Order: sequence, then C-alpha cells, then structure tokens
Amino acid sequence: MDPQAYIVMSAILFSIALLGVMIRRNVLIVFMCIELMLNASNLALVTFSRMHGSLDGQIAAFFVMVVAAAEVVVGLAIIVTIYRTRRSASVDDANLLKF
Amino acid sequence: MIVPLVTGASFAFWMLMPVMILGALGTILARKPVHSALSLAAVMVSLAVQYAAQQAPFLFAVQIIVYTGAILMLFLFVMMIVGVDTSESLVETIKGQRVLAILAALGFFILLIFAVGNALVGRPTGLAQANNANGGNVQGLAALIFGRYVVAFEATSALLITAALGAMVLAHRERTRKKKTQAELVTERLRKYAETGAHPGALPPPGVYARHNAVDTPALLANGEIAEVSVSSTLRQRGSVQNPADLIAPTKQTVQAIAPDRAENPATAVASYVPHPATPARGIQPELEPGESEEEN
Repeated sequence: MDPQAYIVMSAILFSIALLGVMIRRNVLIVFMCIELMLNASNLALVTFSRMHGSLDGQIAAFFVMVVAAAEVVVGLAIIVTIYRTRRSASVDDANLLKF
Repeated sequence: MIVPLVTGASFAFWMLMPVMILGALGTILARKPVHSALSLAAVMVSLAVQYAAQQAPFLFAVQIIVYTGAILMLFLFVMMIVGVDTSESLVETIKGQRVLAILAALGFFILLIFAVGNALVGRPTGLAQANNANGGNVQGLAALIFGRYVVAFEATSALLITAALGAMVLAHRERTRKKKTQAELVTERLRKYAETGAHPGALPPPGVYARHNAVDTPALLANGEIAEVSVSSTLRQRGSVQNPADLIAPTKQTVQAIAPDRAENPATAVASYVPHPATPARGIQPELEPGESEEEN
C-alpha cells in the first residue's frame, strides 16, 4: 500500500479539523477538532515510521496520545469551570482577556 | 485470483477513507455536540484500523482503548454537564469568516500536500525488520520507551500527575456555607414541627397494590383517601399519578369472581378488616348504593 495515500488522508483530516476550529464556536466541538488534528498527525507519524523502517515514529505517536490525554483532562476541567461561571459553552463568551 | 493487486491494507484504506472523511465532516458540521462526538469516534476507530494495516498493532489497541474509550467518553460526560442543550448561534461574528476559513483550510491543505508529500521518496522500507529485532512490535516499542526515550517517558508520568491535580483544582468548588450536622438537622426539623406542625418523621411510601407498587401509585389512608405526600409533588404537578380506582379495579374483579357476597368492599374481602361504620371506606368503594347513603345521612 502506497504511503502517499496515508499522508494525503492525514492532510485531509488535519485540514478539515482546522476548518472546524475556525468556523465553529461551541467550545466542545472546537476541542474535538483539536483532537482530530492530533489524530491526523499520528497517522502521518505512523506512516513515516513504516516508510523509514524504524519504530521512533510510533513512539512519537504514543507520546502524542499521552499528551492528548493530559490535555483533555485539563481542557475539559477548564471548560466545565467556565461553564459554571458564565453558563455558556460558546468561545465568544469567554472574552475577559480580550484587548 | 480475481483482483491480484488489492492487498488487505489497501482494501481497508479505500473502504475506510470515505468513512473517515464523512466522519470528519460530520464532526465539524453537526449541530449537536453529541453527534460530533459520535462522528469523531467513527474517525478514530477507522484510524485504528489504518494503524493495524501499517504494522502498528500496539498503537491500534491504544488508539481504541485510550482515544475512543477514554478521551471520547470523557468528552461525552462533559457534554452531559455542559453542551447538550447549548445551542450555537449560526450568525457569523466576523463578516465573511466562513468563506475565508474554507479558503484558508484549502490553502493549508495544498501546502501540506506539497510540503509533506514531497518527503516521501521511493518504496517504504517496512517495519518487519524493526519489529523482529526484539521479537515483536510491542517488545520493540518497550525497548525504545525504556531505553532511548526513558527520560521523556518519566516526564510523561509527571505530566499526567500534574494534569490530574490541575483537573482536581479546577473542578473543586469551595463550600459557601457550612455543612449542617445531624444534630442541627434534627433541631431544625423539631422547631419546624413546633412552629408549623410539619410532620418531623419520614414521608409515607407509595402505595402497594396487587399489580402496582411504583412511585406513581398513591398510598391510601385508613379511610380510603389518598395520602397526598406519598407521591412526589413533581409527579403530581405533571399529572402522572395513577388513579387508585383503576389500581383497585382488578382486585375488585377478582374478588367478585371468587367471593361475590363480600365483593361490595374489597378491603373487607381481602382481609378480615371491618372499617369503622362512622368512616366508610371512601375511595376504595367510590359508588355507594343510593339507599345506603340515604340511610347514613
């Protein structure tokens, strides 16, 4: 199987997720799009690992997963805290730091 | 061989590519966050299959267990608290933002294809040699994690503990008023009894009938009236409290069939209980004979 197709797939997924981050305003959906970006980059890492015949790419993908788990825990806690104070899940409503 | 050039990996890829693209589009286009999360789950499971097809069985398992099983379920739990009923306004805050965003994403995609796509030259080496060096994919990854990448791995543990602590701190809420002790609760309840006459004990449980004992069946008092507090006030407001006459009807029919002479009052027929003559069993026996009621009056 040609690795080029996997890389294109990874780029497609990353671009779709990027589009989601730019057009959606529900904070949970934006956060899920970030997860989708991490997944897309993982696919590229695994493909390059097979391409070059070494396991380092898979290790990198593994560390991305660990970091994503930690990020989701803190990120969702922040979302819940903001929802408690502002009663809203829209990214436009968390604007106190706006210059 | 019918299709000699199609391998398992390419079959899995071309079958799952539309699923992944549609799932990703569903993630960013679904109105409700829950639908988004389910589409994302489909993408993640398809990605796990791609890992399995690319000689990464460990990442295949981790992708399903950690991403689909843990992270996405965490998302769904938070959606229960936050996002299910939050509707997103579809009005653009910045004019023309959507068109520009689509153009930017398209441009970025082309950039990625030209930049990363050119990094692939020649045939893939394949992981057979790297996997077999230590006796398998999992063993090879373990040798790397606990060998060359051991410092990063240890840092990961610190990161996870910090994340857990951070989530605890963020989710912690300071109690604004003191928690009442058992003694204070009892004092308060008895003071209320002394002042307003509110019953200090437990509320009566819902009624138990021959065929029903759910929370919406009202209990009957000794004189046949409904005990109002035996069903939740929410159910009463919603109007979903059962009618005791309906609940008693099957019992009445049965008694009518087996002991017609005592059927006029099921309470006396079922148990040898005779109601006080001054308080006829209202509710249990809604229709009195016209002659009898005149006599009582």
